[in-house]
Amino acid sequence: MNDHPDLSPVGRPARPAKGCGDAPVLHQRGQHEVFCGLTGIIWLHRKMQDAFFLVVGSRTCAHLLQSAAGVMIFAEPRFGTAILEEQDLAGLADAHEELDREVSRLLSRRPDIRQLFLVGSCPSEVIKLDLARAAERLTKVHAPHVRVLNYSGSGIETTFTQGEDACLAAMVPALPETNARQLLIAGALPDVVEDQMVGLLERMGIGPVRVLPAPRADGDLAVGSETVFALAQPFLGDTHAALVRRGARHIPAPFPFGEEGTTAWLRAIADEFGVDDATFEAVTAAPRARARKAVAAAAETLRDRSVFFFPDSQLELSLARFLTRECGMTALEVGMPYLNRQVIGAELDLIAEGPVLSEGQDVDRQLDRCRAAQPDLSVCGLGLANPLEAEGLTTKWAIELVFTPVHFYEQAGDLTALFARPIRRRDLLKLGVPSGGIEPPSVAPGLRPAATGEVAR
Amino acid sequence: MKLTVWTYEGPPHVGAMRVATGMRDLHYVLHAPQGDTYADLLFTMIERRNHRPPVTFTTFQARDLGSDTADLFKTCAREAYERYQPQAMIVGASCTAELIQDDPGGLAETMGLPVPVIPLELPSYSRKENFGADETFFQLVRHLARPVDRTDRVTCNILGPTGLGFRHRDDVEELTGMLSEIGVQVNVVAPMGASPVDLTRLGAAHFNVLLYPETAETAARHLERTLGQPYTKTVPIGVGATRDFIAEVQEITGLTGRPDESRLRLPWWSASVDSTYLTGKRVFIFGDATHVAAQARIARDEMGFEVVGMGCYNREFARPLRKLATEYGVEALITDDYLEVEQAIEALAPEMILGTQMERHIGKRLGIPCAVISAPVHVQDFPARYSPQVGFEGANVIFDTLVHPLVMGLEEHLLAMFREDFEFHDAAGPSHHGGHAPKPVAPAPAAQPAPADEGSIPSEAGAPDETAPTKPVVQPDGSIHWLPCAEKELKKIPFFVRGKARRNTEKFAAERGVAEISVDTLYEAKAHYAR
Repeated sequence: MNDHPDLSPVGRPARPAKGCGDAPVLHQRGQHEVFCGLTGIIWLHRKMQDAFFLVVGSRTCAHLLQSAAGVMIFAEPRFGTAILEEQDLAGLADAHEELDREVSRLLSRRPDIRQLFLVGSCPSEVIKLDLARAAERLTKVHAPHVRVLNYSGSGIETTFTQGEDACLAAMVPALPETNARQLLIAGALPDVVEDQMVGLLERMGIGPVRVLPAPRADGDLAVGSETVFALAQPFLGDTHAALVRRGARHIPAPFPFGEEGTTAWLRAIADEFGVDDATFEAVTAAPRARARKAVAAAAETLRDRSVFFFPDSQLELSLARFLTRECGMTALEVGMPYLNRQVIGAELDLIAEGPVLSEGQDVDRQLDRCRAAQPDLSVCGLGLANPLEAEGLTTKWAIELVFTPVHFYEQAGDLTALFARPIRRRDLLKLGVPSGGIEPPSVAPGLRPAATGEVAR
Repeated sequence: MKLTVWTYEGPPHVGAMRVATGMRDLHYVLHAPQGDTYADLLFTMIERRNHRPPVTFTTFQARDLGSDTADLFKTCAREAYERYQPQAMIVGASCTAELIQDDPGGLAETMGLPVPVIPLELPSYSRKENFGADETFFQLVRHLARPVDRTDRVTCNILGPTGLGFRHRDDVEELTGMLSEIGVQVNVVAPMGASPVDLTRLGAAHFNVLLYPETAETAARHLERTLGQPYTKTVPIGVGATRDFIAEVQEITGLTGRPDESRLRLPWWSASVDSTYLTGKRVFIFGDATHVAAQARIARDEMGFEVVGMGCYNREFARPLRKLATEYGVEALITDDYLEVEQAIEALAPEMILGTQMERHIGKRLGIPCAVISAPVHVQDFPARYSPQVGFEGANVIFDTLVHPLVMGLEEHLLAMFREDFEFHDAAGPSHHGGHAPKPVAPAPAAQPAPADEGSIPSEAGAPDETAPTKPVVQPDGSIHWLPCAEKELKKIPFFVRGKARRNTEKFAAERGVAEISVDTLYEAKAHYAR
């Protein structure tokens, strides 16, 4: 464990003696407790200000979006669900006609929309409603004012943050071609963070810097063989592949969480653009020092504590790297929805061997492991957090990590504080065993005595 | 296909989850893809439950579709039984699993599990959450309840409370106390708090209290038919309804105990001088049919409001609500499209809305105060304090709920007198709502192309656009317009009655064929509508 990782002056992280690159990965097939990819619409619709996301799905999809959005944050919604009804299931030709009608109605009501995403869902996938064909047809109808694209956010194909990946990947083939040398950063970041990122890169003389997704469709975003790209988020595997197909070249790097991750990420890009050490140092020294200071202050609470990750946002490996290397925590288990070594390999090499790595989920068995391990902090989804707190475990709900600015230097302290706050709260509250929750089932699972009262079949 | 932005009800399997999560020792195996597990957070976050809902999702993936999703279901059902050892199980499909037609009920039947396994058929593409809860509870009762000897003492069951219900927790407590004062003991409360074993004892009660028809009416009818248990028809929300309910229970049981009314404060609170300002306030009521019906009676008969419109989102109750609306001289709005509700509210320009969290936001946009009286629920609808809707304490709670969003008594006059004052200016809003007072709105940034008249709802920070030119609400032939001086005069009227003044003036002008509204028209209309 190394609290202040010894970075060389040029910012390349020191690897542990033995990393997790070759560590075995636990696979169990059982209930997954994760969101589907539709959830990404909650932040994507805010990021792309002329886009509308039309989910073609069921009442469940609409209810999910509403619930995931914090149960009715009535922001001006640039998303909606075209709810399939019985007659749509009976005849697919009709479903296409219905869709055309709903889209025309929507676009005439909302002249501000320039990009329309038809988002596939579990039901639309199962009935094989061809949204690619629909998007092609509708693009012709509504060109040039509106471009219609499609992707799937269905729960049978995508988890939580994979929705953003699918969305960005769907945008790549439609981007214009360019032969200009440029840097493209993929991943939706809060505006303030994006500005910091672009500022750092430009001060090193790197540019032009383009960002996917662009805030508006009519920007100058293009791609081609002279494009190099970096990922700002660790869940962009399909986007990675789509960019490579357009001739762009990936700059592999750890992800910009924490001081070390940010420095390593910038360093990898700086190397590609031939930035000398002095320039790199001049641009990053001050924010690095600030980030170290901010992390150190909040990390006091985290030092020598243990952390257990349930799979959720696909940020788990990057965050485990940050918490173990910069905050002095011990990772007991790092669960992730899926493992894409091409994208996340750099992180695996930096995490010292030790934690259980698990891919996919059997939530019941994982909860058993978590209870047995008794971590100081469990990072989990909203469905599990309160139940674990009630069992005496301290939790950090993972969705906050996706909705809060946590990337790059100036947010490193905030990121640390997100993990520290639940532990600080536990230490602060002088209330004894929390009571008042709605009672759990009368008998704890697995401890049930024989027949408390049989019900005859 | 219907474009939906916000929904009042979830899919029917969420209704089944509300039943299962409310109960004990029951487990629900739901054939569903992984995304459907979001529904757990409704219970753990909104309701702050300290345990996971007793639901196992099969979470099949695309790659399973080619192979054997039926096997996956059976494995999940078996493992769920072994791990949780429930007294009974319910099995069913969510919207996606309904399409792959694995027949969870039939599969479970073949597994020989040693407890009753009750199949649920919940049509996801035509029905919704309340139906799902009602049907699930009915199936449980149909499979488990059986004839048993009646208890010696007079007892009843309380039917309807579920997980994630609007104030169900406190309603049950209040109702139980009230029944005990009449002399009735509670046999079983179900679904909330009941186990499958408890459901087998439902028949021991002398009658049923149907607390929430939305979730338990089918079960209550079934028990009446098969076990001869009458059920109560009055939902005891409001003073009059509570008294009627007590009379109904007395008639069913022959008991004469009268609940203590000494802590009932609503009647005096409504009759005291301060509440004069409530008289004739125009209210629009929207929510589930049961709560809307109860609130309509409270609004008119117990607060002195004028009910200018009402409606419900659950179509199952359209008929009784339409009938009730006729009695109030209004037309019921039956819709689950919040944009229609918003249009209705905008057109009626009520002074207050009694609605759901959706209407709270509509009210925020239109600058109309709103009290929340019905599901769909929000984390705010699960207060830490005791706050029932039912019974006499419920009536006290409702009085406070309805009055809270309003500008109160004397403050109303101060606002009218000192409308140019920097503190009492127009947009200041009720003084006890610091953070929630309507704020003067900055011009909408270009990046937020949100034409207000599309029925869009702005963010929390949004507020009615006081700077927008006055637009006639009533435009019979498109010819009415406000002269600038009249418009300026209208702005001097406090915001909480301005909507009414505008509407009345336009109606007055339209009826007289006046095309231009002057200051005189405004005051003539005022005199005309004076009460």
